[in-house]
Amino acid sequence: MADMSSRPKISFSDEQAQLLEIATQFSRDKFPLSAARARIAAAEDFNREIWNEMAALGWLGVAIPEAHGGSGLGLAEVVTIVEPLGRQVAGTPLISTTLVAQALLMAGSEAQKKTWLPKLAEGAIGALALCEPAGDWSLTNLTATLTKTAGTLALFGVKTFVTDAASADVMLISVLHDGQPALVLLDRARFSKGQIARETVIDETRRSYRVTLDGMVVAAEDVLDASKTAATLRLLDEASCLFAAAEMCGGAAGVIATTVDYLKTRKQFGRLIGSYQALKHPMVDALVMLDGARSHLYYAASLWGQGAESEIAVRMAKAAAGEALAFAADRGIQFHGGFGFTYDCDAQLYRRLGLWGEARYGDAPWQRARLAQLLL
Amino acid sequence: MSLSKQELDEFRAEVRAWFKENQPADPGILLPQSFMEVGTDAQFHFLRDWQRKVYEAGYLGMAWPKEYGGGGQPQALQDIVTGEMVRRKVPFMVNTIGLNWAGPLILHMGSEEQKKAYIPGILSAEDIWCQGFSEPDHGSDLGNAQLKAERDGHDFVLNGSKIWTSLGVYAKYMILLARSNPKANNKYEGLSFYLIPMKIGGIEVRPIRKLTGEYGFNQTFFRDARVPESCLIGGEGNGWKVAMATLMFERGAAGGQAGGHSMMSTEVAEVVALARSARRGGRPAIEDPLIRDQLVRFLIEERGLALNAARAKVKPLTSEYPLSIAMSGKLASSEFQRRLNQFALSLEGANAAYYVGDPHAIDRGLWQRSYFNAFSATIGGGTSEIQHNIIGERVLGLAKS
Repeated sequence: MADMSSRPKISFSDEQAQLLEIATQFSRDKFPLSAARARIAAAEDFNREIWNEMAALGWLGVAIPEAHGGSGLGLAEVVTIVEPLGRQVAGTPLISTTLVAQALLMAGSEAQKKTWLPKLAEGAIGALALCEPAGDWSLTNLTATLTKTAGTLALFGVKTFVTDAASADVMLISVLHDGQPALVLLDRARFSKGQIARETVIDETRRSYRVTLDGMVVAAEDVLDASKTAATLRLLDEASCLFAAAEMCGGAAGVIATTVDYLKTRKQFGRLIGSYQALKHPMVDALVMLDGARSHLYYAASLWGQGAESEIAVRMAKAAAGEALAFAADRGIQFHGGFGFTYDCDAQLYRRLGLWGEARYGDAPWQRARLAQLLL
Repeated sequence: MSLSKQELDEFRAEVRAWFKENQPADPGILLPQSFMEVGTDAQFHFLRDWQRKVYEAGYLGMAWPKEYGGGGQPQALQDIVTGEMVRRKVPFMVNTIGLNWAGPLILHMGSEEQKKAYIPGILSAEDIWCQGFSEPDHGSDLGNAQLKAERDGHDFVLNGSKIWTSLGVYAKYMILLARSNPKANNKYEGLSFYLIPMKIGGIEVRPIRKLTGEYGFNQTFFRDARVPESCLIGGEGNGWKVAMATLMFERGAAGGQAGGHSMMSTEVAEVVALARSARRGGRPAIEDPLIRDQLVRFLIEERGLALNAARAKVKPLTSEYPLSIAMSGKLASSEFQRRLNQFALSLEGANAAYYVGDPHAIDRGLWQRSYFNAFSATIGGGTSEIQHNIIGERVLGLAKS
């Protein structure tokens, strides 16, 4: 484990600083909380117009090499975009699209990279089909299969929580092949409507789908490099944790600001309720938790890709951010009093964001159990 | 004078070798964890001898001027030594108030006579220093200090009392904040700052027994204690400014300290080691999933605190609450230490019931005592509850309680 007595450093480049500033402004302008209900009610998976603006800003190709149409930066730069989006509860396909591109970079064939990376950088949407009905957070415990019968490869089984599947252009699917995990990349156009069914999920700003593979026939060229599958699944797991931590740090900052605003304006018994220590002190605790979580987040971003140290850092960041958001949003609901119990109070949006992030990518106890193996 | 990396590396190797060779043998008693906890003569003499040895080896006050007993060398060398002392976990430098607060203050604004008189004894630990800031009725309200310093010709006559005087019974000198002019325009202008001798008539130091059962803090009573005006530092009526300068040294916000470490803080790694040796149901405690979870929680929190200091240096990452990390550090780290020590104690199983003094107590009762002593930081310097109010009001902007 990194020696903390030697004063750890967080590296933060000028590019990151610029991206953070621009993304903060963009998120506030395009995803005001006041419009969140409209987004929830909208028929489409997400707002295409805003997505195209994000593509035009180059955000979808941030971590794609220049040779493939991106800007050749890294995941640390993507983090600075994801955090402010999380603050506005603005779920977009940015995370899944970035992750599909990263998987292709690690294990895709030249043809797959050539076909998809420039498109992903320009606004094509990538979807991840990694989760299964059992709800196991371990990405290698799979029941869906890639089976060869009479010379034909076919997919069987069910994948869950495939976000934006209905509007995605390409989907990355994890399955078992000859008892080993394998990754398959398919053009979404190859799925029929009946294979993709909408799920009702706790974070209502997301569009999530259950995908039935249903014996669909695939080609050998659709399968990613088998020798790199294990490493790619690890990458997807850890990068998901990094981005979820970023989103949840943003969420914790958002719900703290939302709640503090309320405590500064709401009066009861003739006093601003923020003057009561019973409310003030837990808000400070939430701030202290957020401070630690954000420090972990940007340290994990600094260390990204540096082996075991990187895994430790992202799992710590994920655990810290999950707990910070859970506490801040839980107290946020409570401190809004009767209004907090209504659907109209924004605190619930943040609580749902946190529950989604914990459920989707492994909650804090799960991350700590992994960390215990790495550290103790 | 700037040193090459090679010169610094060579020096580090030399320092490592010296501390390896000269690290004091186990004293056979439980040592205090900080200068605030020195409660017995045996502890005090052991630590004073150790400081003198480090100083005589040339490893203390390395960057202080030669003419007053310092080394006249670059600060970088002292920093290497201090880092090695922390890393090796050798006993701390007991004359903390002299080395880190009074010494730099005297070098910064003292007279030539004061520098000559006081600096050498601070370094050698011949002259122990204590601090007279807090008063019994004004816990954290330093500007409201009421101890009277009445001018009588070329003398000042001191009356009143100071509390939480660490090392008071061993101290030869005190840095003292007192009220020399009760009729000043405001409470701050009425204060003066003194360097006073402790072993004079009219000063009585009474040890305070802590919740640990030990001593370390004192209350100091002044009854017509007479000191000459040459004890003033910074000039009459400028006490508040001098006190603020002292606090800058105390908090490490200003450089110029003699070096060396002043306390031993508990690291999670030590608690992990304890969990490896402790037993639960016939197995090492570290195999218990709940204990593992808690240890990892502490590791995350410990690293988070270290990383906060790193993030505080990155401006774009502190823009929303620029003061947050600086203002919450004391609250977060003191509460962390308290909970960590409490958990460590629980790992001992039935043996947690032993206490300092029993020959069978694990680590001589260190964890029992450390848990109790951890309250000194959650209470001292403004309680955690007051810290919550301050942060809630100044950082989050909530209404006053």
